[in-house]
Amino acid sequence: MFSRAYKAAVTLPPVAWVAFFLLTPYLLMFCYSFWSVSASLTILHSWNLANYGELLHVGVYWQTLLRSIWIAARVTILSLLLGYPLAYFLSFYAGAKKDLLYQLVIIPLWVSYLVRAYAWKTILGSDGVFNTLLQYLHVTKHPLEFLLYSPFAVVLTLTHIYTPFAFLPIYAALEHIPRNLIEASHDLGATPAQTFWKVIFPLSIPGVIAGATFAFVLSLGDFLAPLLLGGPSGIMISNIVVSLFGAAYNWPLGAAISFCMLLLVVGLLFFSEQLEKKWSYA
Amino acid sequence: MSATPPRSGWLLFHAVVVFGFLYLPIAILILYSFNGEGVGGFPPHHLTLDWYRALFADSAIWDSVVNSLQVALAAMLISLALGVPAALALDRTSFPGKALFRRLVLLPLILPGIITGLSLLMLFNLMGTKLSLLTIVLGHGTALISVATTEVFAGLQKLDRAQEEASLDLGANYWQTFWRITVPNLKLPIIGAALLIFTLSMDEIAVSFFLIGRDNTLPLEIWGRLRRGITPEINAVSAIIFVFSLLAIVFWYRLRVGGEGGASVGTEIVGAAEGDAA
Repeated sequence: MFSRAYKAAVTLPPVAWVAFFLLTPYLLMFCYSFWSVSASLTILHSWNLANYGELLHVGVYWQTLLRSIWIAARVTILSLLLGYPLAYFLSFYAGAKKDLLYQLVIIPLWVSYLVRAYAWKTILGSDGVFNTLLQYLHVTKHPLEFLLYSPFAVVLTLTHIYTPFAFLPIYAALEHIPRNLIEASHDLGATPAQTFWKVIFPLSIPGVIAGATFAFVLSLGDFLAPLLLGGPSGIMISNIVVSLFGAAYNWPLGAAISFCMLLLVVGLLFFSEQLEKKWSYA
Repeated sequence: MSATPPRSGWLLFHAVVVFGFLYLPIAILILYSFNGEGVGGFPPHHLTLDWYRALFADSAIWDSVVNSLQVALAAMLISLALGVPAALALDRTSFPGKALFRRLVLLPLILPGIITGLSLLMLFNLMGTKLSLLTIVLGHGTALISVATTEVFAGLQKLDRAQEEASLDLGANYWQTFWRITVPNLKLPIIGAALLIFTLSMDEIAVSFFLIGRDNTLPLEIWGRLRRGITPEINAVSAIIFVFSLLAIVFWYRLRVGGEGGASVGTEIVGAAEGDAA
């Protein structure tokens, strides 16, 4: 029913735009990763693998990458531990309040990321809310210095930010479970625990994978929370990229790290999609 | 399932703890925006509106608010102007590279912002484009096409094509049919996408961070101040943004309940970004 002209009119503008403003920049980043910087700080368009070699040989790069992965992994596990039981509670026990509680989980997502990270900074600082509260209650005499400017602060803040992201797909998966399956499980004599582990949990796995991917990928590439709350021991891989694009002025090396992150993320997305397919019964 | 599920005390307790964790920083942020003694320190002292007064007299903040509003509005128009046709294209046409196109559109949503921001920076650098609010608009407009596309695509799946067919049979051309049949039928997803794009753009910082010129957006203005040292003025501006976000959610929720009820804005996107991005 749609003419060729119609199809061309709806297809060409977005495809052309996306090709120019998304595909080209990502490819450009790939090209940059093979170039280098001269002593006079101009970009040399000579193609070589030196940047990638440097990533392998200079310890600080892959150590920071490993630390970022470790931070992202902790954020992911904590987000799932907070998000899954919450989603389960809302889906099966919240009754009439379900919609309201769902909105309450979503609302923090609308509060600026930066503002929430900043709020944690005011809580965790040495004269922050938490430390002064402890002293006010005479629990401690001196502020606990390890709270802020540490990987702990980064993990806590990122967990706060990405828990709703982990919650959403899990909740959606739980909501899609036909309730008569659960009824059948009860009728056939399964205990609530058996019903959960043999019926509900396996059916919710695609949601868990989706939520975990979200939390992991988004926290892996974060650079603002580490800058604000991480201190020297909380530096993540994106912070190195930021400094390579800023003060250090080595765009090609920064591009090589970014491209590795891009590959890692796309690989993870592909992997999680395969896993989700494997676990979906629909 | 039986009418009354078995009571589960620890699930309720866990839910209360998680909600506490999610809302504690927001509550503290708002509380300390009234604190005369600064951003930390327990208990709060000398409750005052001084920080709000300082905020209203602070022209740099208001300039950045105006910049952010302009950027968000322009980004919203770009994302809709490209995202709606993109949804129609994904729903109704087949073209070589369609699968790649769909994944590419969704990528900025799941990719860390730093990668999209830096690759756009390289593009603008290569083109010799001076960084300004315009480059931020292009960045946000491009990164958020996915929001319009996924929301509208979900709407198209539910749309009855017979109406469009009838309109075409009765002699309306495609343009008329688009504006009189297609768009009115997609009113909710389009408004939902517009609200979401606007809010996401207002809050966006990772992409803007690299594309900023001389003029700051609000998040970058706040960022600059955080680096210099913090005052409850930032709490005050955050509290005001929070109230406006709440209003947007209430507005959206009423619209949605009046329309069809059910899922909240954003769920389609989470689903789409996850299921199809790789």
